[in-house]
Amino acid sequence: MSSIIAEFDEVSKLYGTFAALRKVSVRLERGRCYLVLGENGAGKSTLLRTLAGLLKPSYGKVRVFGADGQAEDPMEARERIGYMSHATMLYDEFSGVENLRYFASLYRGRDCVAPEEALRSVGLDPTLARPVGQYSQGMKQRASLARVLISRPELLLLDEPFSNMDIGSAHQMLRLLEKFRTEQRTIVLTTHQRELAEPLADFVLTLQAGAVVSLEDGPYDHSNAPKPSALGTPVNTALRFVEGSIR
Amino acid sequence: MRPSYFLTHLKKDLQLEWRSKDAINSMLFFGLLVVVLFSLAFDPTRAVSRQIAGGILCVATMFAAVSALNQAWARELRNQVLDALRMTPAPGASLFLGKALANFLFVMVVEVVLAPVFVMFYNLRALGNAWLLLLVLPLGTWALIVNGVFFAALSIRTRNREMLLPLILFPIFIPALLGMVMSATGILTGATDPILWIKMLAAYDVIFTTVCMMLFEVILHAE
Repeated sequence: MSSIIAEFDEVSKLYGTFAALRKVSVRLERGRCYLVLGENGAGKSTLLRTLAGLLKPSYGKVRVFGADGQAEDPMEARERIGYMSHATMLYDEFSGVENLRYFASLYRGRDCVAPEEALRSVGLDPTLARPVGQYSQGMKQRASLARVLISRPELLLLDEPFSNMDIGSAHQMLRLLEKFRTEQRTIVLTTHQRELAEPLADFVLTLQAGAVVSLEDGPYDHSNAPKPSALGTPVNTALRFVEGSIR
Repeated sequence: MRPSYFLTHLKKDLQLEWRSKDAINSMLFFGLLVVVLFSLAFDPTRAVSRQIAGGILCVATMFAAVSALNQAWARELRNQVLDALRMTPAPGASLFLGKALANFLFVMVVEVVLAPVFVMFYNLRALGNAWLLLLVLPLGTWALIVNGVFFAALSIRTRNREMLLPLILFPIFIPALLGMVMSATGILTGATDPILWIKMLAAYDVIFTTVCMMLFEVILHAE
């Protein structure tokens, strides 16, 4: 199996005359975590939506899950991709577990995570009958992540996953993401909270006005990283730092 | 298309409506208002009622249904649920069919409530085969709903979509409206044979359901 899970080849995305992405060329390796940084309007969300197959590039080519030279269009590979947006992507009128049961039933025939288990993994009570519309912002974010997890995606695209989250919830989400990376799943996440997500990142991609400014190695070496549950992982170190700075 | 996907979408839409009753309440109120207002405005005799009742019932249903159709995809637009649905392996046609059938059932509920009120206000008694109305109403309603759900999805990404939907829908619906009105009038007055119009309605339904299902995938994934 190829180690390249996705590839952007000179991809540009135009909205009218505005270029949200400009000739972006990036290769994403399997089992790695990519942190995408950039100011508002830099093209982070467009990059993720293009990778998710929700947007078609205006120019250039996006290949996802290419193996043995047989590249797949992201439109056809969408079901293997998990995409978490700014919005919850859930029905406000349904409870968390009702939403997840509905989405799980749309992945019929696939090895899905049980909705209750997915909710527990993000720290939500599956018996909570309250509709998602009445959840706090942090709870909505977690329910949204749980929706992404039910289909066991190989490629996880997370747009601002830590926004509106308290430090405890962010802590839990980071541990979960670190576990995914050890399972050889690829994570691409955008955030403005660099210090929080950086320890998770194998690579840091910086966008400016739709163009890639830099693609650097992450500040932590994950090649010999201890198991995610163990104390002293880069994520725990960073969390202690963030918690300390908040206190 | 696996029927199980379609049933999943249908069940979800029925559950959501059962909790909020938004569509049914607004349609019912609007439909009742039209029926009562027309009755007061024209104060028709029994003979006149038979001539105009088919048209009034169709128009009342049409306007009431548009108020619900405008909101048909509102829940999917809120919180970008539609994007989450686009990323699932479930085919778009099943989503469309589930949504159309759910809205069809909502409108049929409204028609079932409106019918006795209609008979009372217009002092109606059919001179033809009244049971044929049980064919005409669902066929005409399906024609309206299947196009309405499709064009509501088409206008999702436009500004002024509330205004746009009737502008696109009503011209397309004219042949079915004609079939519905002519067959209903034929049944109520007993003057003409409604069978040809009913066959035309059925053909319209088959053609437009097929075309909408075939094109919905394109609409769903359009930017």
